[in-house]
Formats: sequence, C-alpha cells, structure tokens
Amino acid sequence: MSDIFIYPEYEVVRDRDACIGCRVCERQCANEVHRYDEVLGRMVADSTKCVNCHRCVCLCPTHALKIKKSEDCYRDNANWDYQTVNEVYRQANSGGVLLSSMGNPKPFPIYWDKILINASQVTNPPIDPLREPMETTVYLGKHNNEIERDGNGRIKNNLAPQLKLKVPVMFSAMSYGSISYNAHESLARAASELGTFYNTGEGGLHKDFYRYGANTIVQVASGRFGVYKDYLDAGAAIEIKMGQGAKPGIGGHLPGKKISASVSETRMTPQGIDAISPAPHHDIYSIEDLRQLIYSLKEATGYKKPVIVKIAAVHNCAAIASGIARSGADIIAIDGFRGGTGAAPTRIRDNVGIPIELALASIDGRLRHEGIRNNVSLIVGGSIRSAADVVKAIALGADACYIATAAVLAMGCHLCRTCNQGKCNWGIATQQPDLVKRLNPDIASKRLVNLVSAWNHEIQEIMGGMGINSIEALRGNRLMLRGVGLNETELKILGIRHAGESL
Amino acid sequence: MKRIYVNEQWCLGCHLCEYECAFANSNLKEMYHLKGKSIFPKIHVEDAADGIHYAVNCRHCQEAICVKSCIAGALSRDENGMVVIDQNKCVGCYTCVLVCPFGAVMPAEGGKVAQKCELCTKNACGTPNCVAHCPNNAIVFEDRG
Repeated sequence: MSDIFIYPEYEVVRDRDACIGCRVCERQCANEVHRYDEVLGRMVADSTKCVNCHRCVCLCPTHALKIKKSEDCYRDNANWDYQTVNEVYRQANSGGVLLSSMGNPKPFPIYWDKILINASQVTNPPIDPLREPMETTVYLGKHNNEIERDGNGRIKNNLAPQLKLKVPVMFSAMSYGSISYNAHESLARAASELGTFYNTGEGGLHKDFYRYGANTIVQVASGRFGVYKDYLDAGAAIEIKMGQGAKPGIGGHLPGKKISASVSETRMTPQGIDAISPAPHHDIYSIEDLRQLIYSLKEATGYKKPVIVKIAAVHNCAAIASGIARSGADIIAIDGFRGGTGAAPTRIRDNVGIPIELALASIDGRLRHEGIRNNVSLIVGGSIRSAADVVKAIALGADACYIATAAVLAMGCHLCRTCNQGKCNWGIATQQPDLVKRLNPDIASKRLVNLVSAWNHEIQEIMGGMGINSIEALRGNRLMLRGVGLNETELKILGIRHAGESL
Repeated sequence: MKRIYVNEQWCLGCHLCEYECAFANSNLKEMYHLKGKSIFPKIHVEDAADGIHYAVNCRHCQEAICVKSCIAGALSRDENGMVVIDQNKCVGCYTCVLVCPFGAVMPAEGGKVAQKCELCTKNACGTPNCVAHCPNNAIVFEDRG
C-alpha cells in the first residue's frame, strides 16, 4: 500500500538571482532538503522534507532563501480544515498515534493578552529604575507566618531552606537526552551568570555539570532516571515532577536512538533502548504518599534543600495544590497547557490541561483562603513569553516564573516542532554529534543571559511605572491588573476587575 | 600578534568562511555578485570522515618556510609579524605553494601569482571577514602569544 501524498505545508522559496550556489543550505540541512542539481546546474529544494526550522534561511549568506506557507488547498470546509484532513491521511497511512513537539499551538485564548497592567499618575509617583533601586531578588521556599523569639528576645532563625534568585525567572526542566549536551551546558552557564537556576529535567545530571550544582534544580520524575545520592546532593533544590503541562497524565518516552553512551550513563539506562517514564509515580497514589517521597528526599539531603513539586495545570489543580502545600513541599511549580515538550501525543498536547493564568489565579486564591499560602512558593511555567507575562504572573500570585520555550528560542530554536525526530538543525533537541556541535555554548549562554537580563530591565521598568520598587510588593497585587474582553466568570477566576472599573 | 585560530570542536564545515573570504577580497559590492563566478578563497575548510571539519588559512609561522623559499622576494614579514605577499614581485614559481605545510598559500585567480591570507588588512574589511561571519564562533582572531 502506498501512502496518500500530502503536499508540504511549507515551501522553500529560493531567489535564483541571489543564490550563489555556495551550498551552505545543503550542508546545514539534516533533512536533506537542498541539493545541487547537475542537470539544471543550480540549487534545488525538496519541500516535502522541509520542517521549516529556518536554519538555511538564517545561514544563507545572500539571504536568497525564505520559507512560505504552501498555497495548496482542499475545498474550503469550516469543519474539516486542511490540517485536520491531512492528519487523518497521516494516520491512515501509518496507523500510528500522532506525535508533536513544543507547546499547544491551537488558537485557545491567551489570557496574558487580555490582561492590562496599571501605572501611576499624579497621586502616586512612578519610580525611575535607572535612578532608584529596584529589587527583583526573590526567595523561594516556605515562609514563616510569625517571627519566633528565644528567651533573650532574639529572633530564632527557623527559616526553611530557600532558593535565592536575582531575577524572578528560571529555566524549566529539559532533560539531557531530550536536549543536547551543549544546550544543557548553555543553560547551566547562563543560570550561574544570572544568579538563577536551571533544571535537569528527568534525565539525570551529566558528570561535567556537577560544578554548576549551586544553580541547578535536580528533578526526580516517575522514571527516577539518574537519581542517586550524589545527584540529589549536587542540586540546590529537588523537584518532584508529577506532571507536565504539555502532556498531563502522560509519562515520557525517549526513543532509543537518542540514548547515546553519554545519555545512557547519565540516565543510568541501557544505551539504545527506549527510556520510558511511567505516567504515574508508582509509589504515589495520594498526598500522603507524596509526603513520604518529599520527606525521603529531605532526609537524604539533610533538610538543607527546598523540595519543589511540579504539577500540570488541570481542572482540579487548586485542590491538588492545597494538598501539596500541606504535604511538606516548599515550592509548587505549575505548568500550563501551552508548555513545551520534546515529544507528546498530538491529541494530548492540544486538548488536555488548562491555561496557566487561570490555574495560577485559582491556586493562589485557594491557598490564601485556606491560610496556607506561606507554606509554599509558587512557580509558574507553560508559556511565559515576555517580561510582561512575568509581571502579570507575579501580580496574579506567582513568586517566580519558569521559561523553557523562550530559552530554546534564545538559543536558536525556530519552533519547527519536530524535536521528536531528533534531527534538530540548531543542535538543541538532538544527540547527533554533528548537529550538537552547531550549538556553541559560548554563544548560546550569552544569548540566554541577554534575554533574561533584557526581561529583568523590562520588569523593572514596568514595576517602576506602577510605583512599585520591589517584586515582593508586586506579588499577588491583582489590583494592578485589569481584564479586557473577559466575561464575568473569567474575571472572577482571575480575581481581577475589568478595564475601566476603578477601586 | 593576533592570528586567526580555528576551534575544530566548533567548526561545522559549512564553508561559509570560504565565500566570505572570496567576497572580502573580490572588490564586489554585494555578495550575490559572486553568482556564476569561481571563487579563490584564501581559507579552505578541510572535511574528513566522522564529521571532522577544519578551516585552514595562513598561520603566519614564526619560521615561515614560504618566506625562506621565495626566489623573488615577494613573500616577507611585515613589522607586526604578519607574512605578506607582494604580488607585483611574485613570479608564479609556486615554490611557496609546494613548501607550505598547511596548504595555506595557493595560486591566485588567473594562475599567474600566489595568494595567501593577509588578515583582511589589504581589503575594505580591515579585520578578518571569515572571523566576523563564522556562525559558530569556530574561527577566532586572538593573540595567543
């Protein structure tokens, strides 16, 4: 049986006048799109192989290349659109579950874009961050409700272990295996320079990166890959991954071809054999079970490190977070449905979970109502796209944000969403040595530092405009937010007023 | 002196440096004017099995064997230590081409005289164009003593 031909969604367009035939595009395309046609005497492209990663476009020295959306179409049908029809063909061709990468691209509402930020006028002067101090340092961990004093009236230092972030942004979990050695090194170096943290993901910590331990969050996931005493000791905090925004309720599956010798050693799984993370932690079926794991990890590391519990934003996340806040966890990380992934079943990625804005607002509200907000800090991720998103997230109640899609974009990713194929032309989501070397950590770490530094400047500017000089004073300050185009229910869940409504 | 060095670890074998070199020394206004032309770059990327790539150009050797071998006095060392070629003096005997252990001296366009990398000091760039355009910082311009 031959497959039904599906016309490529994107086409490579070459300006024949500008192409000098240097063949850089050919050498840089792992998908073998470009080649020199001896008969025609010029470069040609096979768009059916193109994933639209823009590597050739970016490297072409004469800018002779661009990628455009294909004009091929089926008869207009508001119900059966082009992509839906093609997905049916693909499944009929292969009989397989459709796989996708990166975050949910569907046109669901983006609440960040329906929230506006306040600014000071007349009665409460704005602050100029270039002239006055503007504090963006954040401490993550369990905060005390009351100050306790000893018999001599001295304050007792009984503060739980904290993570100190110089910027309210961290790099979220991406495992070594899903991303390359050089990508991990770039994140580690950037986190060290920025005074923030990166996260190992569930793939263990490569032995070369133990030296960045002070800026590393080590993850313990359902597969327990690479987890042992030294690993737990190496990190500044330990994250228990219960779920991921891109694929709530689903485990992970790293194909064997990505398990190189080095990944195998780091993960402690056999080389070339698929590494499968189960959907549940098989020892966790309740908050009490979770508490046991949290305290096992604390016991193993001498109660010196905060423990983070990461969950996907799902319908009952507020109740779940309430349980986690009582379970001994120091920090809760919530991952929204737009969060990225190296590979997920398309139907799960595009249809499961809820927007992070709503999850955050309902979790923060619930924890406050129950008087347990100080038990934990809240980190949110799952498509934080800009400094404005960070500010809105903090005003909605987050302590800090996780970014990963933005981070890989900074390193060169063009969101072609084919990480699952392992042939990342930018050297990020691949283990192929010739592709991995395309990502020079000297460049990529600098770009990450640039991005987060730029965001930090913007955060300071926005805070200054509101007349706020410390990120602590912004946290949960929902009066600084107004909604536009949101209905009553949405406003109620977000806990904000509509634009135009005064105090 | 500052020399061009290549970090093999980061060289992708994209061969962009060859085109940037050819363009820098071509007196052309636009890169796309190279269309249809053969190029005569002074830097060459050597590609080997197992994904090894290495861009090679003049090392400006302390004991420059090309300078010693030149029968016409065309090759010399300038005050900064850079090995330079005076193509007006070159007689095209190509002894330098034969003796250079790196293959970094080669016949120039037309085949009458030799050419070599002079760190873009004799063209409009001023600083090495291959270094400026290497997409992975594999080619660097550094003083390593």
